[in-house]
Amino acid sequence: MDNILQSLAAIVGEQYVSNRQEELYLYARDQGTMDPHPPDYVVLPGTVEEVREIVLLAGREGIPLVPMGGGLVLSGLTIPLRGGIVLDMKRMNKIIEVNPVSRYAVVEAGVAQGQLQSYLERHHPRLRHSIPDAPPMATVGGNVAIHGSGHLSQAYGFHSDMVNGLEVVLPSGEICHTGSCSASPYWFARSPLPDLTGLFLGWFGTTGIITKVALKLYPKKKMKDVLMFVTENPDYVPDVIYRVTETEMAEDVLVLSAPKPDWMAGFQITSVALTADSQLEMDFKRKMMRQALAGYIDDREGGFMFLAPNLKKNFLETPQRSVARYADVNKGGGFEYVGAIMPVEKFPQAYRSGVEIAGKCGTTYSFIVRIIGRAHCMMFAFAYPFNRADKEDVQRAQKALHETNAAVLDMGGIPWKAEVPAQRMIIEKMDPSARQLIGRVKAMLDPRGIMNPGNWEV
Amino acid sequence: MELQFDTSICADCATVDCLVKCQYMHFDLESARSERQKLNNGEDSPVLHNCATCYACEEYCKLGNHPFYQIVDLQEQKGIWPAPRPIVHQQVKMFSPKGDFVPREFAGVPVNLCLFPELQGRLTGRLFEGTSVFFSRDLFCNLVYLHFAKNSVIKERVPGVIQRLAACNVEELVCFHDECYALYASWAPAYGLEVPFRPVHLFKYLIDRLKENYSQVKKLGLKAAYQRPCSTRLTPAKEPLLDELLELIGVERVPREYDRENALCCGAILRMHGREELADDINKRNLDDMVRSGATACIFNCPFCYLTLGEMVAAKGLRPLLISDLCRLALGEKL
Ligand SMILES: Cc1cc2nc3c(=O)[nH]c(=O)nc-3n(C[C@H](O)[C@H](O)[C@H](O)COP(=O)(O)OP(=O)(O)OC[C@H]3O[C@@H](n4cnc5c(N)ncnc54)[C@H](O)[C@@H]3O)c2cc1C
Repeated sequence: MDNILQSLAAIVGEQYVSNRQEELYLYARDQGTMDPHPPDYVVLPGTVEEVREIVLLAGREGIPLVPMGGGLVLSGLTIPLRGGIVLDMKRMNKIIEVNPVSRYAVVEAGVAQGQLQSYLERHHPRLRHSIPDAPPMATVGGNVAIHGSGHLSQAYGFHSDMVNGLEVVLPSGEICHTGSCSASPYWFARSPLPDLTGLFLGWFGTTGIITKVALKLYPKKKMKDVLMFVTENPDYVPDVIYRVTETEMAEDVLVLSAPKPDWMAGFQITSVALTADSQLEMDFKRKMMRQALAGYIDDREGGFMFLAPNLKKNFLETPQRSVARYADVNKGGGFEYVGAIMPVEKFPQAYRSGVEIAGKCGTTYSFIVRIIGRAHCMMFAFAYPFNRADKEDVQRAQKALHETNAAVLDMGGIPWKAEVPAQRMIIEKMDPSARQLIGRVKAMLDPRGIMNPGNWEV
Repeated sequence: MELQFDTSICADCATVDCLVKCQYMHFDLESARSERQKLNNGEDSPVLHNCATCYACEEYCKLGNHPFYQIVDLQEQKGIWPAPRPIVHQQVKMFSPKGDFVPREFAGVPVNLCLFPELQGRLTGRLFEGTSVFFSRDLFCNLVYLHFAKNSVIKERVPGVIQRLAACNVEELVCFHDECYALYASWAPAYGLEVPFRPVHLFKYLIDRLKENYSQVKKLGLKAAYQRPCSTRLTPAKEPLLDELLELIGVERVPREYDRENALCCGAILRMHGREELADDINKRNLDDMVRSGATACIFNCPFCYLTLGEMVAAKGLRPLLISDLCRLALGEKL
């Protein structure tokens, strides 16, 4: 056994560390188009103390350290670009506390979305968290670390906006608390302190290892329905969104479009989730939504789709499994998307540009757009499924992704959870002072550059 | 393909029932006569804009004319959109033929399930022994486009559907969906299209099979409200078959305001038209009427009505049942 492996085994126990080829093979890749690169070791810590010791070891030895949750980010952010140790957080999966009155949960970073969802359903049926449409094994830590979004994002913003505070192991090995929990036994808010939490959100693990997350919870309504409004002119969509969000009655709002199935081809389908505690409330909300869009119906430019119960069932799910099913439409398990965060008014341009790029690159596509925070912005996912076993298919998707990233930046949008080449494109566009500040923050927290190296390098 | 419509029949009509009896537009005899005249002259009329496309005027006309098909043709000619354009286009795309149907001899009695694949598993048990249940976009009846002023789509697709079925040497075709039956028994003759096989209505098929298994039929002793679908308006002559069928299995079709000629639409099409308030109103009236009638179940002939109203009916305490399921219950089968 080599020294590092031995040291890691001494920290976590032999069964939770590996450098076996078959395991390194798996940890070398994700479902996206980024080239694989194997780690030297994989380790699964069980406690914050173990994380601390691993960080200290990596620091001493100058070995890269790549934190990983579900490994579902798709854009290569957990691929150890320079080898080293992959720190798989899945064993840190304790739900530590739920405060039902102040409506927050404190969980270890490796808690899976599905785990938290079912825990709340069982023990706190009146509470819920905002769930992304990722497969349920995606972790809370990994999702907030990339500014994820989900079923309550239209109402309350990005998932990173729903973080009240963190426990983090800094690259120096210090264990640090951010938010109210740094000065109080309660994890109720990030205010009114200087906001240190932001130092770890959106940094892709380059500034520290998140070990605990305090996540806001929200009231859980008893009933859910979904309305699907169909248009065939992308120019209408920003106004449709404006009207829908203006009612303040919609929960999740998505816009979907894809060449398949036929009922989607050439249409923009705005899906509006409604929730209520009584039939009266639901009927009222439906009515308000219909009223908001009546102008389009009267002009014959848009209308509500009839959703047979078996189809509607898919759209009522949380998370929506159909997203994962679609992700493998080409078979072969390849899926990646440019999730562009951009102003809602850019929808028509983004839509046309996506169709054009897919046509040019010969890929299939689907657009899934999630409205964030009352239309303050949107996450426009240009998704390109591909067959990983087919090199040409991978290259087509790669090309489409690259061109989409460039187009998005041209339009004034910013690729979300950007893969390294896209990070470079963003950095190039960035205000030089902001760029330098990122460099200084990273150098201060991680002077040896061991944390997920290759990412956010300025 | 021209509609066989004789305006001289209307000229002699004393009642103008096609418009006077309409449940969604209100005309006295005089205004009905004037609107009928406009329609027969091929002129614009509020009828073309306000029609709920419930098909009922086809049934109200006892003189054998085709007032509803005429409305649909005129709507299309004049570019009137009963539903928002994207909804119409979506419907047209959604059920377009795929071109992947390979003609074959059916091993058993061919039963066309229209386009309700989700019901496939329900056509089992003794009633469906020895049948070949099939569905395909290439064999879809397409009559739904009557609701969307798109007779042109029906005209374009239906000859191919008939050809494909004929290529399978079909002699008798059991239509699970009333609307498919209406295509062959009403629409095709109205447009002078020959059908080289005999369409068999589900009621007739079920009666025959129940009679074959009569010793095992247990009278259900159920009071049921019937949700009569729009397509029945196109072939009302088979209505007595339903009464015969229900009697056979001991189900009382409770008398109620919104049954038979006064039936109300399930509302799904009106919602697609964007007429939500009207749909809410008729759903409420219809369901309240079912509850008042003392029925404990609601029976459906049309799968689309079943999908639309099933949950609503259940929420009112009535058991929603497809007519085929009801017959299976009478044979003691589990659903
Ligand atoms: C079908 C499908 C649908 C999806 N839908 C959504 C959606 O609706 N919303 C959404 O937000 N995302 C979605 N995603 C993207 C992604 O799967 C999720 O964002 C997921 O939550 C990421 O979490 P993870 O645990 O898999 O993170 P990982 O992929 O493991 O990691 C993501 C990033 O965070 C870093 N990281 C992970 N854990 C830690 C930690 N403890 N401390 C510091 N850094 C850490 C990693 O190094 C990496 O940079 C979807 C993906 C798929 C395949």
